[in-house]
Amino acid sequence: MVPVQWYLLLAAVLFGVGLVGVLIKRNALIVMMCIELMLNAANLTFLAFARQQGNIGGHAIAFFVIAVAAAEAAVGLAIVIAIYRTTGSVNVDDVRELREEG
Amino acid sequence: MNVTAEQVIFLAFAVPLVAAAIGVVVARSPMYAAMSLVGAFFCLAGVYVLLTAHLIAFLQILVYAGAVMVLFLFVIMLLSLGGEGQQLDRLKQLQWLGFVLGGGGLMALLAWISREVAGAEMAAVGPDFGTIKAVGRALFTTYLLPFEATSLLLTVAIVGAVVVAKEKI
Repeated sequence: MVPVQWYLLLAAVLFGVGLVGVLIKRNALIVMMCIELMLNAANLTFLAFARQQGNIGGHAIAFFVIAVAAAEAAVGLAIVIAIYRTTGSVNVDDVRELREEG
Repeated sequence: MNVTAEQVIFLAFAVPLVAAAIGVVVARSPMYAAMSLVGAFFCLAGVYVLLTAHLIAFLQILVYAGAVMVLFLFVIMLLSLGGEGQQLDRLKQLQWLGFVLGGGGLMALLAWISREVAGAEMAAVGPDFGTIKAVGRALFTTYLLPFEATSLLLTVAIVGAVVVAKEKI
């Protein structure tokens, strides 16, 4: 039997790696991939506690997290495409203006 | 301490998972990052099976490794992005600050987990725990309203994605 804290430690490592990626990467697409990693870490925590408590509710929440992550990816990537069309770049540092120049 | 077969399988999934996750962050090209992420999702599905979450493991591969990653690859190819080598050369102080803050937060989290939940035992679960039947019953009774709200959310997301990404409606 694998102890529950192994799963929680794995989720913490996964979340930390995703957090570091969000903070240091400048490419908006890779930032979104790191957000997906963090969502998956949260999912792993839900499932670990669901298994530890014997409660099926954690699986339902994980299901909703997957659905929300899919919606987030679709809308986020659409925004990345719109930003690329406007500024010609997906660097998050280049997106700092609310209005057009001039 | 003696190592059981389950722990060996856990490590066989967990070590490549962490390696693939680090690969997402250190990859220079978005395409390599996406490929690492696919590998991470597959390994994570294996970990889910160890947690007897069969339906979620299946959804993980179907939705994440399938649909979401196809979307990512499609956008990467659509924008035909190169690597960001020149940006890695000028790793600025802010990025170091992010690295230190993220790493520090991770260490604090690890320390807290190892202290708080040490010695917690896994509950004994029935044979249908985590199957489509059991999770579906929970979804359609206890969580019926969130489930229906999810379908609304997905509809809104589809319409919103088309409206935002399309040049002229």
